[in-house]
Amino acid sequence: MVYRPARPIRSSEITPKHLWLDRRSLMAGAAAAAGATLLPAGAMAAGERAKLSTTPSKYSTDLKPTSLESVTGYNNYYEFGTGKEDPAQNAGTLTTSPWTVKIDGMVDKPGDYALEDIVPATVEERIYRFRCVEAWSMVIPWNGFELSSLLNKVGVQSGAKFVAFETLVRPEEMPGQRGFFQPLNWPYVEGLRLDEAMHPLTILANGLYGEELPNQNGAPLRLVVPWKYGFKSIKSIVRISLTDKQPATTWNMAGPREYGFYSNVNPKVDHPRWSQAEERVIGAGLLGGTQPTLMFNGYEEEVASLYAGMDLKANY
Amino acid sequence: MTALSSLTDRLNGALKRVPVLPLYAVALIPGVWAFWQALNGTIGADPVRALEHALGLYALQFMIATLAVTPLRERLGVNLLRFRRMLGLTAFYYALAHLGAWMAFDRNFHWMAIVADLTKRPYIIVGMIALLLMVPLAATSFDRAIRALGAARWRNLHRLGYLAALAMALHYLWLVKSWTGEPLTYAFIVIALVGYRFLPKGRKGRGARSSAALGKPARQGTLGA
Repeated sequence: MVYRPARPIRSSEITPKHLWLDRRSLMAGAAAAAGATLLPAGAMAAGERAKLSTTPSKYSTDLKPTSLESVTGYNNYYEFGTGKEDPAQNAGTLTTSPWTVKIDGMVDKPGDYALEDIVPATVEERIYRFRCVEAWSMVIPWNGFELSSLLNKVGVQSGAKFVAFETLVRPEEMPGQRGFFQPLNWPYVEGLRLDEAMHPLTILANGLYGEELPNQNGAPLRLVVPWKYGFKSIKSIVRISLTDKQPATTWNMAGPREYGFYSNVNPKVDHPRWSQAEERVIGAGLLGGTQPTLMFNGYEEEVASLYAGMDLKANY
Repeated sequence: MTALSSLTDRLNGALKRVPVLPLYAVALIPGVWAFWQALNGTIGADPVRALEHALGLYALQFMIATLAVTPLRERLGVNLLRFRRMLGLTAFYYALAHLGAWMAFDRNFHWMAIVADLTKRPYIIVGMIALLLMVPLAATSFDRAIRALGAARWRNLHRLGYLAALAMALHYLWLVKSWTGEPLTYAFIVIALVGYRFLPKGRKGRGARSSAALGKPARQGTLGA
């Protein structure tokens, strides 16, 4: 396959993946041999993520991306704790290889797919706006591929209307899933209508900033739906099911009045407890103020037609 | 004398030598530090939220400390009464700063948005109620006010502090996305401290009434006796 990149790609970015992986295992071996026990293995992997081969996309925004430090240090990932800094602190030891995604339900080729069989050798860079339901926002340079390409590969059967997703349950490695106090029911589940899932803006991401996803951002494979609140973009996916019924979703079950199935970014429909008209821009600083939130998070032109005729207040 | 009561005696003796006035300034250092960190971008990725959270949490923590003075005296004989006014006023200052940070950095002095939030958002209304309940307490915190009101009326008025503390805990519980450990823990502590005031008198320990009447710590050692 031949393509012409719109921007120069550093040689490091096109180093074959197996060499990077070799380098990582070599370093891990050397560290172990030297008796270097200061850093846990996860921390080392987090510092040394494999570079990805990427190609730019016309769907990227030209906004300046939020710093890598903020993107990887300020996360909601309750499997690793409810604090924003908990995931960066606790996710390092998650084993993301080997990784299998079960694809089942109304598909022609159901089965347990190895991550390597799902993720293309070259992925796209998609610089997207990201809007959390808690009224803060980032701009994130994701790397990934359109969910539709995977769904087309496995063959969606004609009766299917929805796609359901499921996150890993592994209490041994996910401290938020063990102990007395559990803020949510596991597994974390999410879902999309089939036309939302097939939309070209909807991607499965395996990286950000040109490198494999850090664990706290949902490694090794997560959903990104840029016109919906962040919690729809489910992390560390282990199962994708095609179904004819609207699937249950985690935050909707936790607070049905506050979190709907659609959860499209909409400045005119407030969260019952706070306004969604404005957002704090991560990286703007204490005096940076807020900015108005855009309809469908700025993707109105691309996705508004999906909801033509729908009452977005009732279908929040 | 039991070991416990001699320990509390020594503690009370040491506490008597701690000057109160400088503590008004010392108690504000964490808030100033949080503001400085927020301004310099070293408080985390979301400085507005982090600063609001820090100031609100300090207000709640000082409120809890204020409410703990009486049970500590009645149950353990530790006398922190000299510091109670400082603790309560500091809670009020932090609550004011918390409101100010929200209005300035979160709402950008956008008065329409502020008024909308103050009338529409239950958790913000509850937070505002907590602050308003603290105003008459702060306004009558000096000696002349106590004399003017008379001790009994002053004490009755200052029972508003229990409501304020409960409102603060509810405000915190209400603003988080799901039931999380920290606001729940604070709510339990506040409920316990306020609930303590409503225990039947006889169950407050033998030292309670005599020490309250004398304005001195309990000496009988309610736990050690």
